[in-house]
Amino acid sequence: MSKQRAAVIGVGQTKYASTRGDVSMAGLVREAAYRALEMAEKTWAEIDAVVIGKAPDFFEGVMMPEVYLAEALGCVGKPILRVHTAGSVGGSTACVATSLVQAGIHGTVLTLGFEKQSESNAMWALSLPSPFTTSINAGAGGYFSPIIRRYMAFSGAPELIGCMVALKDRQHALNNPYAHVRDKELTFDKVVESQMLWDPIRYSETCPSSDGACAMVLASEDVAEAHDGAVAWVHGTAMRSEANNYGGRNVVSPKASEDCAADVFAQAGITNPRKDIDAVEMYVPFSWYEPMWLESLGFAEVGEGWKMVESGATKFEGGDLPVNCSGGVLSSNPIGASGMIRFAEAALQVMGEAGDHQVDGAKKAFGHAYGGGAQYYAMWVVGSEKN
Amino acid sequence: MGYQQDPKVKPAGLSGEVSLPAALADVELVQAVRTPAAIDYIATPGASLSAYLRGMKQKKILGDVCPVTGQVFCPPRGVSPVSGQRTTEMVEVADQGYVESFNVTRLPIKSRPDLKPPYVSAWVVPDGSSTGSIALVAGIEPEEVRMGMRVKAVWKPDDELEESAANILHWEPTGEPDVVLEDLRVIGNPDGTAGGAQ
Repeated sequence: MSKQRAAVIGVGQTKYASTRGDVSMAGLVREAAYRALEMAEKTWAEIDAVVIGKAPDFFEGVMMPEVYLAEALGCVGKPILRVHTAGSVGGSTACVATSLVQAGIHGTVLTLGFEKQSESNAMWALSLPSPFTTSINAGAGGYFSPIIRRYMAFSGAPELIGCMVALKDRQHALNNPYAHVRDKELTFDKVVESQMLWDPIRYSETCPSSDGACAMVLASEDVAEAHDGAVAWVHGTAMRSEANNYGGRNVVSPKASEDCAADVFAQAGITNPRKDIDAVEMYVPFSWYEPMWLESLGFAEVGEGWKMVESGATKFEGGDLPVNCSGGVLSSNPIGASGMIRFAEAALQVMGEAGDHQVDGAKKAFGHAYGGGAQYYAMWVVGSEKN
Repeated sequence: MGYQQDPKVKPAGLSGEVSLPAALADVELVQAVRTPAAIDYIATPGASLSAYLRGMKQKKILGDVCPVTGQVFCPPRGVSPVSGQRTTEMVEVADQGYVESFNVTRLPIKSRPDLKPPYVSAWVVPDGSSTGSIALVAGIEPEEVRMGMRVKAVWKPDDELEESAANILHWEPTGEPDVVLEDLRVIGNPDGTAGGAQ
């Protein structure tokens, strides 16, 4: 089964903020799409299809918003399709858009993820009572806290590793003008002293609620070669899923996560991820997920991801494997876009277009998203050269 | 170098004047729409969950058995998440078990105003079940809850029992020695043997 090459030729993001009250949902997606088209030097007429993703409709209470957003995305009369995979949706949406190019179906595809959390209530939309069960959970933090507690006990990591990740990503965000949380005054002590919400998760170790959209233009080899600007070649994409509750489930490093990483690295010909990857954009909505994913994805030995955090290996400045140079999900979280931002920021790194958070000479970058009860995974590897 | 634009500057294509039909000339621009949504369910529990709910009225906890692996799932859904097969056999599991891991919630939650923070939500695996579910643990200070702690169900008074999972008010410590968790990354029991009973 041979695939055709696909590449990113345009990336567009909105400013992420708790409330983008200056634009409607349609205005929000159009802003990101326009920026992606500008970078790709394409017009609406040159887009063959649109692939869009967001969190479940219950968030904003707008049913099937992709239908009413077709005009805002210049897509009337063209194929538009929506991808649903919980929090990983931004990543899966990019994978599906890429597959349309790789399959030779379309030459130029616009893909976009968005969320308008200010018109929504994500925490409670994620804690809807199910019929016939008792409901005591308080949002995603309540779900992930016991898993993080397990990782902390398993690895013997020092108690404040999560706070180190939180401070690092917020400091990275200061280099990204699009980031939502940009707090120059934040210190390690302030992170440590912030309120415990879902013990052991502190307020400052959790992601914000953001409005925003992120878009990419994906192109076939012919279209990408004809493009004058920077290009990020897709070296591999992978998706996996698994049930969230069965006996013997490795909750710290789910099998679907390990399988997905093995697949995408094999496609990209990567045998030593830590050495071969120059920049990582990883889905870290709660700080402790950085060391957990470093292990699960093969960047660190099992039980030792926290040592990379402690040593500064994942910092933008001085780290050998910079993680979330954009500030990550901890600094901007428009849920439906959050996965696509990881993929797009990975692309910007190998395009040399990441601005003040550019990793010098980045040749290969990794984008990652997960969702549900750590059940859905989407990943890609992009490179500055063809694979 | 650097495509990164000033995010406060609108893209060129959006910076022009918007021309509206005359009929819309005086209409206020829509910039946000908040749409509170509610869904009323008419839900049918199905065979497995119906049996489970009837069992709850008798203070019995029932689980499904996976026909392929023998794993016991509680509460039951009529299907095994490991094999994808329909389940046909149900077994009773104990109203005692152990805590796999836990969360201490320190903020109030809307759906349960009766719960005063801090409170402990834990994965409780009943003896005889391969998996756990999230349950309230009380009767102990949050700081004293442990992974592997043995717990038992505290039921509503007999004359208040309904066909409802809410018959279990919470779980509380039994005072027995803790269960030793062999691999801290893994939850539940992969085979059909009784979970945590030691």
